[in-house]
Amino acid sequence: MDIQQILFWVLAITAIGCALGVILSRNPINSALFLIVTFFAVSGNYLLLNAQFLFIVNIIVYTGAIMVLFLFVFMLMNLDADSEPQKNRLIQLAGVISGGILFMVLLASLRSASLSPLEKGSTEIGLIKNLGKVLFTDYVLPFEISSVLFLSSMVGAIVIGKKED
Amino acid sequence: MPTQYYLFLSIALFCIGVMGTLMRRNAIIIFMCIELMLNAVNLLLVAFSKMYNDPSAQIFVFFIMVVAAAEVSVGLAIIVLMYRKVHSVDINILNRLKH
Repeated sequence: MDIQQILFWVLAITAIGCALGVILSRNPINSALFLIVTFFAVSGNYLLLNAQFLFIVNIIVYTGAIMVLFLFVFMLMNLDADSEPQKNRLIQLAGVISGGILFMVLLASLRSASLSPLEKGSTEIGLIKNLGKVLFTDYVLPFEISSVLFLSSMVGAIVIGKKED
Repeated sequence: MPTQYYLFLSIALFCIGVMGTLMRRNAIIIFMCIELMLNAVNLLLVAFSKMYNDPSAQIFVFFIMVVAAAEVSVGLAIIVLMYRKVHSVDINILNRLKH
């Protein structure tokens, strides 16, 4: 096995293990930290696929902004280590079975798919220069509209979160 | 790596996110499982973009991240507001539209 395969297996097992840690841990702050490690593992997978821009943006946006926001909210609410009750055992079992059935269905739909190998794809579409060219020529309208989206979400978050006087 | 391995990983992460959304009662943890599902889909799109040699899928991943960031800010504002009124983030208590 060459280094790429070893890296892929390490990152994949880390991602799945920490994702299980997110849903199974009792302390919500532990869940947030597990999710941060999951995001790092998924970003490493982006780097293996030579998507360099998305690797950096995933770390900056998801780990650096979104998870920090989650941790701020946890600190604000002062959630205890175990102050949250758990759902009924039966409902938890039903949730696990539903997720398992979804997994089986998706896997079964994958088995009859014919996928070309990844090595045939170009290794240059993930570079910032090429992505920038596509983003600013073909997709410039969604890019500008996303700035309006950010503005509206910022205004909405501040209006919702204001203390009433 | 063959493409199937990336697809398996993405499907596994997505189904773990689904299980977490159904199993937990804390509203913020449900939110985090939704982010996990979005990340699984991002991984799938990046793998396909390399397979088809098309950069549009990576642009789409970029916009999914944009929308996820906006959604997290508004969603957490709503959760903080509910916490101020009810002092709990348990979804069994938050299941009515008015209090």
